[in-house]
Amino acid sequence: MSASGIIFSNIHDNNIPELTRLRTIASVPFACRYRFIDFTLSNMVNSNIYNISVITNYNYQSLMDHIGSGKDWDLARRSGGLKILPPNITAYANPYLEGRTNSRLDSLKNVATSIGRITDDYVVLSDCDVICNVDFGDMIRAHQESGADMTIAVKTAELTPETAHSTVIFRSDEGGKITEVLAYPNDFSGSADIGLNMIVMSTAYLRQMVLEASTRGYSSLSRDIIGRRCGYMNFRIYRINGYCPSISSFADYYKHSMELLTDPTARESLFGVKNRPVLTKVRNSTPTYYAQGSSVKNSMVADGCFIEGTVENSIIFRGAKIGRNATVKNSIIMQDTIVGDGAFLNCVITDKNAVIRDQRMLAGAETQPFYVSKGKMI
Amino acid sequence: MYKKQECVAMLLAGGQGSRLYTLTEKTAKPAVRFGGKYRIIDFPLSNCVNSGIYTVGVLTQYQPLQLNEYIGNGQPWDLDRGQSGVMVLPPYQAKSGADWYKGTANAIYQNFNFIDRYDPDYVLILSGDHIYKMDYAKMLAAHKEKGADCTIAVLEVTLEEASRFGIMNTDEDLRITEFEEKPKHPKSTKASMGIYIFNNALLRRYLEEDEADPASSKDFGKNVIPKMLADGCKMYAYPFHGYWKDVGTIQSLWEANMDLVGEQPVFDLRDRDWRIYSRNYSDSPHFVGEYAKISNSLITEGCTIEGIVENSVLSSGVKVCRGAYIKDSIIMSGVTVGEGATVNYSIVDDGAVIGAGSTVGRTKASGEKITVIGSGISLKPATDVPGGEMVDEEWLKSQED
Repeated sequence: MSASGIIFSNIHDNNIPELTRLRTIASVPFACRYRFIDFTLSNMVNSNIYNISVITNYNYQSLMDHIGSGKDWDLARRSGGLKILPPNITAYANPYLEGRTNSRLDSLKNVATSIGRITDDYVVLSDCDVICNVDFGDMIRAHQESGADMTIAVKTAELTPETAHSTVIFRSDEGGKITEVLAYPNDFSGSADIGLNMIVMSTAYLRQMVLEASTRGYSSLSRDIIGRRCGYMNFRIYRINGYCPSISSFADYYKHSMELLTDPTARESLFGVKNRPVLTKVRNSTPTYYAQGSSVKNSMVADGCFIEGTVENSIIFRGAKIGRNATVKNSIIMQDTIVGDGAFLNCVITDKNAVIRDQRMLAGAETQPFYVSKGKMI
Repeated sequence: MYKKQECVAMLLAGGQGSRLYTLTEKTAKPAVRFGGKYRIIDFPLSNCVNSGIYTVGVLTQYQPLQLNEYIGNGQPWDLDRGQSGVMVLPPYQAKSGADWYKGTANAIYQNFNFIDRYDPDYVLILSGDHIYKMDYAKMLAAHKEKGADCTIAVLEVTLEEASRFGIMNTDEDLRITEFEEKPKHPKSTKASMGIYIFNNALLRRYLEEDEADPASSKDFGKNVIPKMLADGCKMYAYPFHGYWKDVGTIQSLWEANMDLVGEQPVFDLRDRDWRIYSRNYSDSPHFVGEYAKISNSLITEGCTIEGIVENSVLSSGVKVCRGAYIKDSIIMSGVTVGEGATVNYSIVDDGAVIGAGSTVGRTKASGEKITVIGSGISLKPATDVPGGEMVDEEWLKSQED
């Protein structure tokens, strides 16, 4: 069994507009020192997938800066390794001016040449909006054993009409064969298997699918391919039962970040899995310094921070500085943010390099955290 | 092909560091952990790279496994290069026989084949057991400006300390007139830091002569430098100002670690203009629990802190359980401190387990010496380790008898 990986870095960008204004969803910072794509890349590398293409269509500076040559994931290789596939814009063809979208199928059509060169038998397609630590090897084996044409990772979730709207629901028979697809339904509520945007298929089927999508003008993988064909093709679900939240809104982002503090099993199932470390870009920070008089409780803290104040139930990214007598509660403080002396923050998300001046008081609500954008000074 | 380099650095990393006792039982001194996420060798290696010297030979001999693994292809220091980079140089078997490195001078002599590849004008000799930040490019510039044959970096020490060092007596122009190894009555306070720049051709001549001399102990400080001085070579002192610490003893290793701790630490690693690089592993962020209390301490990734930590340095992956208390201590990687255990004024090496309710060491104020727990040592619950003990497998056995 050998498999290649294809990662879509831009799909779902518009779910979290705050954090994706200057970046792809793949490069949204998460859990003190990671980006969303770290989980996807690590899952692939930990499953012996070492030939990975990252498709990116716009806003990709932060992504390229983060993954670089791929060496932090052992993907800087002569044979295989990491390949970033930016849009193929020429003087004669600019797919974005021609009104083509950012869907998976359109992206795949764009990189058809690259797909043509894949020599592995299988491909794993993945988006970056689901945070999990899973073994793709198990999923590929399940795919092989069932003889499926396509195997789609799902989890069972309780949905309300609001949450259902950002999901694709897969209905299947007892054996796991997909019988119906509800893409982004408007009025669904109840329990359902929702897609986790991780799909296994054979390379041959992927090529055929892309070719047909081109000739027939299909652009949605779930609607045009899976939905239309599930009646006669063998598309199957693969249930993932572990911790695997999809981040489909700003509130989700906040909620699942905070879960890392309140739920030890969430932490364990992401970071405590033996032989499956989550890898990320190395920054060479110093250890974090806790000053005399600092007080930190129930928080996750990265390296390189300087903490003089009080931190409770918060996530502190690399290089952040929390001033004397400052209080940070229920907040997410991203890389190199400076929180001034005596400032008070509750339910705040500060993006990279933000500066909160001395004595400022900022507060949001758990359902709507207050967001300070990248580099902003308040 | 190899590209000519103006200066090649040779880093002497073969020393055992016997005064670090159990800490260097299974590893060479340059690979001893320091400051939470570093190893001693990160300092000279980072200094080289920050000084624009990208060709570094690391001479290893004693317990090289961890050191070799750590240096690897040199990637953390950007020394994974095609035409230069870092190269680990162990002793080897040659046609005429196999030799361990007999002394610092002999170690360099045996590796002229490495130096020759780069046809350097200058050779920088460094040692792998000091903690400092230094721009070797400035020292090289001084060497060239003086038209020196050899330049030796020196540090101002107090007159009392001077008798522990090799002391350079110089004229007003900093030309060295006399070298005294550990003098009883020092005439100057310029202590050698063990950092030398030699003109390559001259170094070669002297090392060949030294090699041929059966009475020589093949050491730079004892033989080569005095010989050159006697021959009237132009040797200059290069004064270094700043933090420098020899971490050759348990006490000095502890002190140097503590120099990193503080709001305005004695030695600041947060300075981004002169970064110290180290091999980073994929640890998760550290987690600070509900009942934790951390004060004036450095904490590294991968730690879980549920207890109390004061004035300490914690390396990656340390687990401090509920009710545990760590004070004035250096805890290295992967250590577990069990519930209710107390660790005072101690150094606990990699992977040790301090059983619940144990007491390790005595308070610093008590005047007792630093306690050391060796790597991989597992203390049963409620063990009492008195101050100044060096706990290794033998110690554990002696407790059972």
